Amino acid sequence: MLSSCLMKQTCSSIIFRNFHISYQCLEIQKLTRLRVVDNSEIGKQAMAEGRPPRCIHVYNKTGVGRIGDKVLVAIKGEKKKAILVGLKQNQKPNVPKFDSNNIVLIEDDGSPLGTRIHVPIPTILRTILKEKTQTKGADYTKLLSIASRFV
Amino acid sequence: MLPVLTRNSITNVCKGLRRFSSALPKSDTEVSKLKTEKLKREILEFRHAYPEFLPDPKIEFRNKIREKLERNDMVARRTQVDIPEFYVGSILAVTSSDRHSGGKSNRFVGICIYRGGCGLRAEFILRNVIDHQGIEVLYQMYDPSLQKVEVLRLEKRLDDKLYYLRDALPEYSTFDPNMEAELMPEGAPVPVNPIKVKLKPRPWLERWERQNLQGVQDLELPEKFYIKAAQVATPWEKYDLMKEYMRTIPVEEQTEIFSEVQSKLQSLEIDRKKLKRKRVIVKPTKLA
Repeated sequence: MLSSCLMKQTCSSIIFRNFHISYQCLEIQKLTRLRVVDNSEIGKQAMAEGRPPRCIHVYNKTGVGRIGDKVLVAIKGEKKKAILVGLKQNQKPNVPKFDSNNIVLIEDDGSPLGTRIHVPIPTILRTILKEKTQTKGADYTKLLSIASRFV
Repeated sequence: MLPVLTRNSITNVCKGLRRFSSALPKSDTEVSKLKTEKLKREILEFRHAYPEFLPDPKIEFRNKIREKLERNDMVARRTQVDIPEFYVGSILAVTSSDRHSGGKSNRFVGICIYRGGCGLRAEFILRNVIDHQGIEVLYQMYDPSLQKVEVLRLEKRLDDKLYYLRDALPEYSTFDPNMEAELMPEGAPVPVNPIKVKLKPRPWLERWERQNLQGVQDLELPEKFYIKAAQVATPWEKYDLMKEYMRTIPVEEQTEIFSEVQSKLQSLEIDRKKLKRKRVIVKPTKLA
């Protein structure tokens, strides 16, 4: 009886080996699913269909999207540019972390496709987007004026 | 056992005082002994309200001189900003100066789901659902940009960390940002909220069935998940004396640490109580 019990235990310890698995980084990279949070027609349709857009490129040198970065997304068979306005990933102190990866779709010149953002936007985006905006280049600060609430 | 003994000895002392006034010197020493004992117990109570004053549970991160210097800095910071007593599960409102926002200050209300870190690196996470969007903010407790920390509802939950609220239904972490602070009677014990949270169906961020959570409703998982959880559980760890020794700070060291800062912390607490009383008096005039 005892030996059979022991056998069972040893067998189970061999079969169920525990691998150490680290917590996921929740990084935004190519093929990450994102959530459109503005009221643009294409974004609303894509989210309602249950086919949220995918990131197909991150416009920075690391290839990992951080807050305020520009990404290229595949949405309803089209390629659109978007700004990351809220991330699941752990953030620095005082910077909010969201439960979903939020984007706002923009045109090539930086003006948003929608007219309203229906979730809160981190205030740090004010500084980040102002820094990214250059004279004669795309103006990303228009996105801030359509935000409904800041946190 | 100990409190009963001391209570008996207190009554004995009182009787002695009443009956024989000539037996004063002996009872005097007893009284002073009792006083010191009481003070020791009070000092030990600090470990619940001020856990960040204790050294790091990781033994290799401890450094006595640095900790002492940090404690001085922490008390100095507390004289500038009122950081009240709070626990995981309390609802806080934090006002911090924010160079990114127009008003230059930012107020965030949420439930504290984590409190940790030692010394000046102590931190806590607030969580709230605003416009159907779950938001979490990590604050450092001794960050000079913190302007005000208010406790809107002082209570505890059944667990040490409430990370499972991320996978729970949103109504469990939704709090009104215009919430008023709830007044508590002075000296009352901190209430424990026995609420059981309902989680969303899988996939989850973590394997909650393996964490022995108290504040969660039945997870409704197939049997194999619980079998696996039982296999990877380490129920013997609570008997591991060495681990406990490494993780905890002995009573003697705790009393030493807290007796250093006790007088300053107590004077700060008295100031806070005075302010509270003022607020209580002001309130009815506002309503009338």
